[in-house]
Amino acid sequence: MLVLLAVLIGVLYGSAVYLLLRRNIFKLILGLIFLGHATNLLLFVASGLTSGKPAFLRGLEDETIGMSDPLPQALILTAIVIGLGVTAFALTLVYRFYKVTKTVDFDELSENE
Amino acid sequence: MILVLPIILPLLFMVVLMFTRRWLLFQQTFSLLGSIVLTFTSFLILLDVYQNGIMSLQPGSWEAPFGITLVADTFSALMMVTTSFVSIVVMIFSPGFIDKERQTAGYYPLVFGLLMGVNGAFITGDIFNLYVWYEVMLTSSFVLIALGGSPEQLRGSIKYVTINFVASLFFVGAIGILYGQAGTLNMADLAAKMRMWEGGNYINGALMLFFIAFSVKSALVPFFFWLPASYHTPPIAITALFAGTLTKVGVYTMFRFYSLFIVFDQQFWQMFILILAGLTMFIGVLMAASQFDIRKILSFHIISQVGYMIMGLGIFTVTGIAGAIYFTIHNMLSKTNTFLAGGLVYQRSGSYDLKYLGGLYKASPFLALLFFIPAMSLAGIPPLPGFFGKFFLIKGGFEAQQYFITAVAILTGLFTLFSMVKIWNEAYWKKEPEEVKQRDGKVHPSTFFATALLAVAVILLGVFAGPVIEVCLDAGQQIVNPEMYINAVLGR
Amino acid sequence: MESIILQIAARHMRPLLLVLSLIVLYRGHNEPGGGFIGGLMFGAAYILYAMAFGVKKTQKTLFFNPINLTALGLLVALASGIPAIFAGDLFMTGEWYTFFEHTAFELKLGTPLLFDVGVYFAVAGMLMMVMFSLMEE
Repeated sequence: MLVLLAVLIGVLYGSAVYLLLRRNIFKLILGLIFLGHATNLLLFVASGLTSGKPAFLRGLEDETIGMSDPLPQALILTAIVIGLGVTAFALTLVYRFYKVTKTVDFDELSENE
Repeated sequence: MILVLPIILPLLFMVVLMFTRRWLLFQQTFSLLGSIVLTFTSFLILLDVYQNGIMSLQPGSWEAPFGITLVADTFSALMMVTTSFVSIVVMIFSPGFIDKERQTAGYYPLVFGLLMGVNGAFITGDIFNLYVWYEVMLTSSFVLIALGGSPEQLRGSIKYVTINFVASLFFVGAIGILYGQAGTLNMADLAAKMRMWEGGNYINGALMLFFIAFSVKSALVPFFFWLPASYHTPPIAITALFAGTLTKVGVYTMFRFYSLFIVFDQQFWQMFILILAGLTMFIGVLMAASQFDIRKILSFHIISQVGYMIMGLGIFTVTGIAGAIYFTIHNMLSKTNTFLAGGLVYQRSGSYDLKYLGGLYKASPFLALLFFIPAMSLAGIPPLPGFFGKFFLIKGGFEAQQYFITAVAILTGLFTLFSMVKIWNEAYWKKEPEEVKQRDGKVHPSTFFATALLAVAVILLGVFAGPVIEVCLDAGQQIVNPEMYINAVLGR
Repeated sequence: MESIILQIAARHMRPLLLVLSLIVLYRGHNEPGGGFIGGLMFGAAYILYAMAFGVKKTQKTLFFNPINLTALGLLVALASGIPAIFAGDLFMTGEWYTFFEHTAFELKLGTPLLFDVGVYFAVAGMLMMVMFSLMEE
């Protein structure tokens, strides 16, 4: 599982960087989304994987079971929400930009006109 | 309990302003009053912290290190006071400068959103919470920089949003790795745990990720390129607010992290930061010298001056840190002031381009004076505060025997003077060119008053340098001895 | 784009989604669910309607402005921290109150639920604000 996730994170980061370097602005947004997902997964894996353990215990009757840490999930949820907000804003921005300039080419971003 | 107010008050003001966003006059008055209240509150916190030592609070009654801690030490209180003072000035300036559409499109609530994020970042004692405040601040700034949606602004803000989002992801990734190693997010607890470890291979990796994230946000070499590409696009009141607050949050966080978490390989980090500081000041000022747009010259200067602040961090003695803190405060005021003075020039002459400017000194000596004061302060001419800041930094550099960086700092000071004199010569002294955009535009009284108020504040900061440096030395003590912070939070 | 199927579906789905979002919101008190997901469903209900009938028509059926809804959400979330101060605890401490005690309808509600309600409104408002500005031509 760990290796699989590590590979997945690597692939996501790789494709994100590839998309970020394209000249198309909408692909840039896709790249940002991928980058966000890769980072969330990194957060998940780096905080330790515990399988089959409860996140919450009622009372302390069975301390021997051990428990998994619920905090990373909470952190990831927060990061996802923030990512959603920023992505939504970036999308609006790019859409406005497209409407104004009628182009999705990055070269239009340069100021030499 | 007073410690939650710097976060709650802006939120409350933001909500009120969101409901009433169509009533222009109410927005202007209320936000001015709001920022005054905010300054007053921060000042009370500063007094309390200066007299009684570091203050901490556990909202939600979850004990440290499990809950989120709010901590204020002298440094963070000082930064909060300065930020909210800058916001007062910007609130006075804005009604006369920003067009009505932008003002009713949510300008005022967004400024308070920004202030909430900035204040939160200053007083939080939890890494992940710090990230959240950063995002609150950045999201507000994203919307502010694109507010109005002119094509130029859209261009600038796409760059700004992209690079800052990527930097935030570096930040989150670093938090994940650090949490995996330490199992805690509370800064004080983390610092205490790190001091008990024997080696820190993973930690240096995570710290480097943090460092990249913060150096993007505070525009250090080699991550500064986004700042001059985006800061000149929105109306200059917004740029002035950004210049006074945003990069300084990055600098603040770097100070806090360095003080708490650089436990291993200190020599490497110190060298690394000093080299980057030298490069940042020098490259920033060189690039400023080659520009012809007032806003761009000033934007590159932001970068150069972040270098000075980081230099104080690299020296890491009480004198150096105190000098850097004093310099940061001075920079927040003077930098905002120069941008606002640029705004006055624009109102009068309709352009920021030095080619179309000239003869302003003859036309109105008062306007010229309002630029002259902060510009000379930035260049480091006594008795203005920039001189004392640089003096303490250089003194700290000599004491710590960091001669090379000190030499770079002095040289950069000369170049800063050069490019300030360049603006002065071109815009104020040379004859008015044949071809101008606009002659004798009206300068709105509120913008004039705001700029004058800030110029007076800059002068006062120089006049009362003694007491302010006293406070900065206290802050420097707390940064150099992180045990004080750790003990205050963990209640030992 | 006029699609009869989508229009009829949207007309019937909207109240259903709104009720469901409330259920998810309340469920989040103790089980999976919560303000964020509820808020997304709330927003989705109106976005679906806007897809079928257009933004203009949807905004006419709204009795609130999305920006005001967001502000309301922030206000409610902020207010959820206040009861703790009256109870003598630190700001934002969770306070629980039991209603209809020892009856069949015993109901335990706390300030965290109030906070969730705030999140619910804020998320729904934000989502509608962004999506409407994207869908407007």
